[in-house]
Amino acid sequence: MSIKIGKSDIVQNDNIILSLNKITKSYPGVLALDNVSMDFRQGEVHALLGENGAGKSTLIKVISGAIEPDSGTISIKGKTFSKITPHLSKAQGIEVIYQEFNLIPALSSAENIFLGEPLRKGVLADKKAMSQKAAELFKSFNIDINPDIPVRNLSTAYQQIVEIARAVSKNASILIMDEPSAPLTTSEVGILFDIIRKLREKGVTIIYISHRMEEVFEISDRVTVMRDGKYITTKFTQETERKELISLMVGRELTETYPARTKEPGPTVLEVKKLCGNGIKDISFSVRKGEILGLAGLVGSGRTELVRTVFGAEPAESGEILLEGKSVRIKSPKDAIKMGIGLIPEDRKRQGVFLELDVKTNISLAAIKDLCKFSLVDKRAENMLTSDYKEQLKIKTPGLKQKVKNLSGGNQQKVVLAKWLATKTKILIFDEPSRGIDVGAKQEIYNLMRGLTDNGMTIIMISSDMEELLGMSDRIIVLCEGKVAGEVSKSEFSQNYILELASGNR
Amino acid sequence: MDIKSFIKKYGVIVVLLLLIGIFSLLSPAFLTVTNIINIARQVSMLGIVSVGVTFVMISGGMDLSVGAQVSLVGMISAWSMLHLGISPVVAAFLGIFTGVFLGFLNGFIAIRMKIHPLIVTLASMTIFRGISYIICGGLPIFGFPESFTVLGQGYLGVIPIPVIVLVLAVILGSFILNSTYFGRYFYAMGGNEEAARLSGISINKLKVAVYTISGFFAGISGVILLSRVNSAQPNAATGYEFDVMTAAVLGGISIKGGEGKILGVFIGVLIMGVLSNGLILMNVGDYYQNVIKGLVLILAVAFDSMQNLSKKKKLIQHEA
Repeated sequence: MSIKIGKSDIVQNDNIILSLNKITKSYPGVLALDNVSMDFRQGEVHALLGENGAGKSTLIKVISGAIEPDSGTISIKGKTFSKITPHLSKAQGIEVIYQEFNLIPALSSAENIFLGEPLRKGVLADKKAMSQKAAELFKSFNIDINPDIPVRNLSTAYQQIVEIARAVSKNASILIMDEPSAPLTTSEVGILFDIIRKLREKGVTIIYISHRMEEVFEISDRVTVMRDGKYITTKFTQETERKELISLMVGRELTETYPARTKEPGPTVLEVKKLCGNGIKDISFSVRKGEILGLAGLVGSGRTELVRTVFGAEPAESGEILLEGKSVRIKSPKDAIKMGIGLIPEDRKRQGVFLELDVKTNISLAAIKDLCKFSLVDKRAENMLTSDYKEQLKIKTPGLKQKVKNLSGGNQQKVVLAKWLATKTKILIFDEPSRGIDVGAKQEIYNLMRGLTDNGMTIIMISSDMEELLGMSDRIIVLCEGKVAGEVSKSEFSQNYILELASGNR
Repeated sequence: MDIKSFIKKYGVIVVLLLLIGIFSLLSPAFLTVTNIINIARQVSMLGIVSVGVTFVMISGGMDLSVGAQVSLVGMISAWSMLHLGISPVVAAFLGIFTGVFLGFLNGFIAIRMKIHPLIVTLASMTIFRGISYIICGGLPIFGFPESFTVLGQGYLGVIPIPVIVLVLAVILGSFILNSTYFGRYFYAMGGNEEAARLSGISINKLKVAVYTISGFFAGISGVILLSRVNSAQPNAATGYEFDVMTAAVLGGISIKGGEGKILGVFIGVLIMGVLSNGLILMNVGDYYQNVIKGLVLILAVAFDSMQNLSKKKKLIQHEA
């Protein structure tokens, strides 16, 4: 992440491979794309920036043929179309890699790559040829993946590489990546970027969507900003800067700032001694009241496992947990919650929210027993409590009866947060607090976190976003292969130092 | 409220009223007090079972053993009355207790042996049915004290007792689901089990509870069926598990769990009752009835998924 590479020369040519002309797409009440015109050149990495709702997803769907625009035309390699079907889009060499992978877990990576059009020997699938071909593809990426093991046994990063290999095997000339780095750690992002650069050298156009600004600067040649369904501008990445892009995205001056604390941390509230289990080994640390303790590490370093063990979501094998000096036994999340610990998990949709339930039920769920008289829910108290938190956290929803799946990522995150505030949590664990959340909502979450610690809440935060980690934490503990690799105090904060600890170089 | 959102909200009721309307026009015998009471009594056993199964389905599971439970409950009550000489009242309670125990067993095995509950109930369905046959040797058991028939054949005023029990069961079930905190837990578990666990809900306890509740209602239904037929049949309540599922789906319970109301299922049960009663009055043969029932289910679900599709489209708008 810290290395800047020279931009490739291919970018300099003006060979336009894909252009959109006055594309408009409206849904009742919403203009998702408003007269958007832009073009993409052959062999460039073109970043697409915009807040949630800016129209990026709709744009991608138009290009991939998933939806039909109301008006406007699309030109691919000189041919002009007024609408594109998914089939046509693929035939023109356009491939999309979505956030949720389209891999079949039980099949090998070779079988996944050639899914739908397997290499054949007569009527039989030629497994040998497929796995050979897959191995070649991986080799061209300089990655060593065994093409014959089921993809469910591969790490997220490798699964993504399989996805990319599949697209490449179809001779994709335009590759669209929707937040490809979201599930990856810093070092894995490095692998991804190496592959992207190799593809660029071969002349593949890459449309790269990400919320992470530093990635845009590292990998892209040009960047296009969208806002409220409108095309705002396209810039050469080298000729712009972060601040400018952010203000273009939000339409006003806004910088991500990490609010400063107003109070000093208090006494130690939580102490973990020699905790073992779930791949973590002998982990000891402590947190003070009102402190934000950052947990750094690569994926697989045991960060998530550590917090899940503290929270009782996974059983501990040995070790001790002390709350306010007293030894406690936490055998389940229920125990942890009783003791005032809450966890905001990294996978919001699978572990955090109840998508099909309404905002009210989501917020009150963990505290519902306190809202009861003789096991009966006091619905007035519940309404008051939940609407209180809706106001306090500024959750944007048409009403408390709205299903949570209809809320944006940032607002879903606030709903999870509200759930823990309602239970009078004293120690709150955030696992990737801003994943998949746009710039504006991120800032709100940061302000909320700081407001909480100023009021005496203790926060433990895992983050793969180095800036966020350095900006928000008061102290950082770095994990490496399930062990504490080091503790870094605020005065020693440096990205390089933490990365070195995380990769086991110290 | 426009027509569309009205249909969306009260779709099942509209279907029910439509069916009643059609049958009233086609058969003069349909819309009479006797016949309506008759329908209500016919559906009450299935209805009581479906209250319990609704709990299971809302929490994301399925209980395939309910039909076999109803049969085994009846068998054990009947056998005890004849061979142990226990009084009808004791036999009734023994039956309900048996249901509770069988349901508990389903849940307990599922969590202890870490088997998917659906598979457990698939296995226990044949086990329970098998035990029923073993107890009676394949022949019906009958000849209980006269007073035992009150539950299934008696009336309170003009209302048959099974109907009263059904209404009470619906009220009790709705009350638990809507007004108690553990009612919330069932929806939460069905909506997202892992998120529920991380919100402090003891999933294992809840799973056992859910199947026990299902067994409780199957127990009540088993006792009433026994009393109504006045003989314990090893093949009693065959196919209940699927009839209940049909009613539940008609009534808006999501197969994935986390959604639905008991009142909806109740109306689903009524639709099935009205349908078979009406078709019988019109002299439609048994075989045709099955075909029609299946078609009604597909139509109802298609209707529902169409609405979900339009909902999804709206969702995309929001995200766009």
